[in-house]
Amino acid sequence: METYLGEKQQARQWSPYINNGGSCLAVAGDDFAVIASDTRMSLGYSIKTRYSTKYLKITEKCSIVSSGMQADIFTLHKVLKSRAQIYEQKHGKPMSTDAVAKLVSRLLYYRRFFPYYTFNIVAGVDEDGVGCVFSYDAIGTLERVKYSASGSGSSLIEPVLDNQVALKNRNDIKKEEFKLTKEYAIDLVKDAITSAGERDIYTGDFVEISVIDLNGTHEDKFELRFD
Amino acid sequence: MQKGGFNFDLYQRNVELIEKNNYKVPKTTKTGTTIVGVVFSDGVVLGADTRATSGPIVADPNCEKIHRISDYIWCAGAGTAADTENTTGMISLQLELLSLSTGRSPRVRTALTLLKNFLFRYHGYISAALVLGGVDFTGPHLHMIHPHGSTSTLPYISMGSGSLAAMAVLETGYNSKMGEEDAKSLVHQAILSGILNDLGSGGNVDLCVIKHKSMEFFRNIDTTNSKRKFRKKLPYMFKSGSTKILEKQIKEKMEKMEIVNEKESQIEELEEL
Repeated sequence: METYLGEKQQARQWSPYINNGGSCLAVAGDDFAVIASDTRMSLGYSIKTRYSTKYLKITEKCSIVSSGMQADIFTLHKVLKSRAQIYEQKHGKPMSTDAVAKLVSRLLYYRRFFPYYTFNIVAGVDEDGVGCVFSYDAIGTLERVKYSASGSGSSLIEPVLDNQVALKNRNDIKKEEFKLTKEYAIDLVKDAITSAGERDIYTGDFVEISVIDLNGTHEDKFELRFD
Repeated sequence: MQKGGFNFDLYQRNVELIEKNNYKVPKTTKTGTTIVGVVFSDGVVLGADTRATSGPIVADPNCEKIHRISDYIWCAGAGTAADTENTTGMISLQLELLSLSTGRSPRVRTALTLLKNFLFRYHGYISAALVLGGVDFTGPHLHMIHPHGSTSTLPYISMGSGSLAAMAVLETGYNSKMGEEDAKSLVHQAILSGILNDLGSGGNVDLCVIKHKSMEFFRNIDTTNSKRKFRKKLPYMFKSGSTKILEKQIKEKMEKMEIVNEKESQIEELEEL
């Protein structure tokens, strides 16, 4: 049935997927990585909870944040945590960040024909001590990058990172002269997700931010707007 | 020649535009919204949040949703922003002309009838849900108007996506013997409830207290929820030259003026008359 505006009114079909909103991002430096996610879980125009974690620390050198459907995020994190534990017990050492990244990719592709509705970002320090960020799509396409954002606020955050981390469209500063310090990266990540919270209705409440370097992981939390 | 009824001449054109020409139907800015009205002993209190959304994005974090219909008749609007603004603007115009031609101060029920007849003519296509409140010589009045043109007269009303959150507060706190301060506080709490619990509402609280020949508009009476909680200390610096200059054209602001004809000002002559 068509309305005069041309929209087709399709018969409602049940879908196994819902989007609980939220934004995630991660930025990698020379010897550290910063990873953050908000904690608001929404459904439609309601807030289901102001605190539902989207972050999981897998090893001291590697963490993951995911946005999308909370049920799939919870399950994926559960499976990932147990697989990391099995590896550590089998091999006598924790998984390297590259191994975790590949594992996530394989876990996601395993569900190629009924995917996890999750948009993940893995961040940490690799075997050489260099900061790394890996971004994925829903079925596990893996790409190593310098920074990434996912979730409902990703289109608000990504351009800021493009300009401030990759120095795109900037003629005032040269890539060789620019050094991404830890303080700058943390401030930038906090600022970017706060700005997303201003304009995206699904991002808000609290942010879990963690800084990963060779000494381990330092976790922190701060507030966003509650409206 | 078609008399009355609807004219669907453009339906075919619209369908073709969308299917063949890839025309994207423009997204309307909705106000999301929590709007509330409460009657108290001496008058009415209207309240509204200040967030306007375009899908999941906040288009305006501090817009005004309480519109003036006449000096002591005000209207809060939810739904499509353009619809609420233009509808209330039009009826405000019509009411002013009517009150001048009748020589009487306008009544709330007149605004109500004008609004409901207008919206009914458009059968809900004008998406304006309104809370109309005011005090005229017959006393305080409060009405709710739905987009299809139906109205209700009630002692307390909430509309918009945050109406359930606000109504929960109103149902708990309302009593028929409230005074001005109690009513203001109740409306404030109801709007806050919408702002905090509904994603379509947010920003600041606007309040409007109308009594006999008196109107107080409290714009942004409560801004605690719209404060940005973190701002990085180092500002974003873009030195001159950040954006590549491709072409430069400098034009003189004013060309040379030549005084051709000097004519004495006629204004002084008129004043003497």
